[in-house]
Amino acid sequence: MKFGVIQFPGSNCDQDCYHTLANVFGQPTHYVWHKETSLGDVDCVVVPGGFSYGDYLRTGAIARFSPAMKAVADHAKAGGLVIGICNGFQILCEAHLLPGALIRNRSLKFICEHVQLRVETTDSPFTNACKKGQILRIPIAHGEGCYFAETEVIEQLKRDDRILLRYVNNPNGSVDNIAGICNEGRNVFGMMPHPERASEKILGSEDGRLIFESILAAVPVK
Amino acid sequence: MKAKIIVMPKKTVLDPQGKTVKHALESIHFKGIKDVRIGKFMEIELEGGNKAALQKQIDEACLKLLSNPVIEDYEFTIES
Repeated sequence: MKFGVIQFPGSNCDQDCYHTLANVFGQPTHYVWHKETSLGDVDCVVVPGGFSYGDYLRTGAIARFSPAMKAVADHAKAGGLVIGICNGFQILCEAHLLPGALIRNRSLKFICEHVQLRVETTDSPFTNACKKGQILRIPIAHGEGCYFAETEVIEQLKRDDRILLRYVNNPNGSVDNIAGICNEGRNVFGMMPHPERASEKILGSEDGRLIFESILAAVPVK
Repeated sequence: MKAKIIVMPKKTVLDPQGKTVKHALESIHFKGIKDVRIGKFMEIELEGGNKAALQKQIDEACLKLLSNPVIEDYEFTIES
């Protein structure tokens, strides 16, 4: 399965994502510079974490208008898989590929620690290798991870079974303990925790592997 | 000409910065504070032109980039 990892000025989890996909999972993976208008031949695009464009104005606000994001939107529209991690989640929200927004943590602190996540549904290309209710231990590292959306949006997400991951102990004030959601087509997913930082034993947890194994299981090998 | 833009967190959105500053004001004995909310103020220098057209342009800029309507409200004035 072919992966593309977007690189913005200020991305800093792009290499971790690349390493996990290329070296841990042995998948053909390439970088896509933010100025590129095409993603190349990819099945799944990763919008990685970091501080794209210095988090200026709002997290993800500037990155959203980059040429590569136009290509990501087209890829998503055509049914291709997109996963946004941390800053990637913020960018996907700013780009309206996912509803809601990520705002400052309730504590105002940057939080970097392992958290427990509950898999709320396995009906998605990003959680199909998990068990419903399974607890994953994956790290977060963010200052703006508090998910916010109006009540009617949250109700819609619940009705459509689009909340894929919830925090067991809400670290940041996210509405309804939301840690990860998908779009209506279920092919675009955003999560604040970093599965790429929890895909090898040496890193203290391998639970993040399940997210990537789900993606690999979702797309038939060509 | 200059556009002056104020972007504020929506009333329904948690503003932990505002809350913290309220506590800080109270700790230095400011009394009677009901609430503090913190937003952004931006100035855009304009070359000039038709005011109605500029209004429309700034409004679009606010909607598309300068604010996020999911979490923020904005208002602006254009001064000569």
